[in-house]
Amino acid sequence: MEAFKPFAGSMVAVPINDIDTDQIIPARYLKVTDKLGLGAACFADWRYNADGSPKADFVLNDPQYQHAQVLIGGHNFGCGSSREHAPWALLGAGFKAVISTYFADIFKNNALKNGLLPIIVDEETHRQLISLAQEDPQSQVRVDLETQTLVLPDGRAVNFPIDGFSKECLLQGVDQLGYLMNLDAQIAAYETNHTPRVTTRV
Amino acid sequence: MTSAPQTLFEKVWNSHLVRPQSADLPAVLYIDLHLVHEVTSPQAFSLLRERGLKVRRPTQTLATMDHSTPTTPRGADGVIPVVDEMALKQLEVFTRNCDDFGIRMFALGTENQGIVHVIGPEQGLTQPGMTIVCGDSHTSTHGAFGALAFGIGTSEVAHVLATQCLLQNKPQTMAVRVDGGLAPGVAAKDIILAIIAKIGVGGGTGYVFEYMGSAIRGLTMEGRMTICNMSIEGGARAGMIAPDETTFNYIAGRPHAPHGADWEAALANWRALPSDDGAVFDAEVILNADELVPMITYGTNPGMGIPITGRVPDPDGLGDVSQKMALDKALRYMDLQPNQSLLGKKVDVVFVGSCTNSRISDLRDVARLINGRKIADNLRMLVVPGSQRVKAQAEAEGLHEIFKAAGAEWREAGCSMCIAMNGDELRPGQYAVSTSNRNFEGRQGKGGRTFLASPLTAAATALNGCITDPRELYMEKV
Repeated sequence: MEAFKPFAGSMVAVPINDIDTDQIIPARYLKVTDKLGLGAACFADWRYNADGSPKADFVLNDPQYQHAQVLIGGHNFGCGSSREHAPWALLGAGFKAVISTYFADIFKNNALKNGLLPIIVDEETHRQLISLAQEDPQSQVRVDLETQTLVLPDGRAVNFPIDGFSKECLLQGVDQLGYLMNLDAQIAAYETNHTPRVTTRV
Repeated sequence: MTSAPQTLFEKVWNSHLVRPQSADLPAVLYIDLHLVHEVTSPQAFSLLRERGLKVRRPTQTLATMDHSTPTTPRGADGVIPVVDEMALKQLEVFTRNCDDFGIRMFALGTENQGIVHVIGPEQGLTQPGMTIVCGDSHTSTHGAFGALAFGIGTSEVAHVLATQCLLQNKPQTMAVRVDGGLAPGVAAKDIILAIIAKIGVGGGTGYVFEYMGSAIRGLTMEGRMTICNMSIEGGARAGMIAPDETTFNYIAGRPHAPHGADWEAALANWRALPSDDGAVFDAEVILNADELVPMITYGTNPGMGIPITGRVPDPDGLGDVSQKMALDKALRYMDLQPNQSLLGKKVDVVFVGSCTNSRISDLRDVARLINGRKIADNLRMLVVPGSQRVKAQAEAEGLHEIFKAAGAEWREAGCSMCIAMNGDELRPGQYAVSTSNRNFEGRQGKGGRTFLASPLTAAATALNGCITDPRELYMEKV
């Protein structure tokens, strides 16, 4: 995973509440055994007609938003299935951050483990960002994880929360598996003191 | 010495801490049982290969095929044919991964294969006080036994494979109290649909639910699993129910249940698990089961549910603009009108199955209602058992003959039309009454429209060809 660096990027708004991971990446695309090619299927059922042609009225198909790096979703973004294919698809579609007033737990955890930054903002800021994105596709926000700030086009800086551990992992570009592997001695000590509850062998 | 009263969740959480949470670092939580399936694991095994890592505890890991597997009847050779090339490749990769890493796996069509959340309890591997995870959000099902069980992403699947541990921030607790008793024709599914309708799909985010109260105590283990299964549909990663005699009786004698002196020792530990008197929860929700009627969803998330005798809500009645937009969008997708009744609404498909409602008691409920009758003309009904063992049990009881005589399809075990990635799917515009857990847009097939309901409501609907209150038929049959 690459280190998460500050960036300035344009936004696209899909301001619908409770966007579930089945919309972000429909289940029929989950037969892959790698992470490739999911970007093209991101929001597939909202983006494409039955014949595969793009739906002209869906914002992600608007050429003005083709280079957006920040997705603004509605409240409770990413609810439903635990599929990590959802952040993989969003990253594959070119997004580096998602802004919402609220994220579903598993989606947020999955996003943080893949370098897709979930940014939680208050409702007022959320409304303002949606308006900005809709009125001017070129308007950009600046995202700085180190200082946990989102800088709006008018210069206003908004702080966002993130747990310290996930932040450090993102900034350093390290994944959490390496960290856990280093705890081997502690894990072994736990195992010495606790008999396994079950064995799956017969 | 007295210690502060603890909740069931806190007891399980505390006893699995390799390292507690600190200001800067998440807790390191030990996992007793890791369930694995073909869809969310391949990239995790690839990561282990890249780094030259082994599975730390293959004997605490169990794999099964369920999501992308066909449920079509076996060929003359007894084999279930896999015609989808991508699914076939995924199953082959899964088989190789389990072989290479030494994980016991239930292959398609073999005697123990089935939906991951059906087989854990069925094998007696799901036990009180354990931590159980799986790359599947409905892992919350196992909480019915007083286990802490929750869904994880594929990165975390790799974490557990390699270290048997997860980095976790401690969730909050919510007491979900359901007192009273269920009227005939009202089921566990109706309880959980009513809870989710009450709190909304995000209402439980950040919490672990503990379901309690006389209505919960009165349920069978299979009813309790139905309730815990849908905790995630209320936003909670886990839902738990304190173990009791019903729990112990269910586990006793199963293939992986403790026996002899181990059983007595396990019982002593399990009896100490229920929340202590005076244990404090961070939040509470209360529901009265006496007032409950069969529930059904009308919209595109599981929180959009109403009593089956009720009416579809009117977006104009909502003050919040974003909620109004969401409801407008849902009703457009479902092609329903505000204030309409759903009773009598014609449906195309009835699906009985999924990790929510595919166990033997669910199939018995359906069989009891349709026994000796025919499903409606032009309606397709799929009955998909949750596991090969459920299938065998149903066949031993002759239930499959009841389904087939009624005109329903009796299928092989798997997730099937709940997730529609195996070829079992709705066509665009079709309506289904489904015993599954999600009514998201396209969940059961692109353009398909789902009404979530209990197996009883599904059966009654199949007979009439339109959405039917099962209490009418239930009274006639029982």
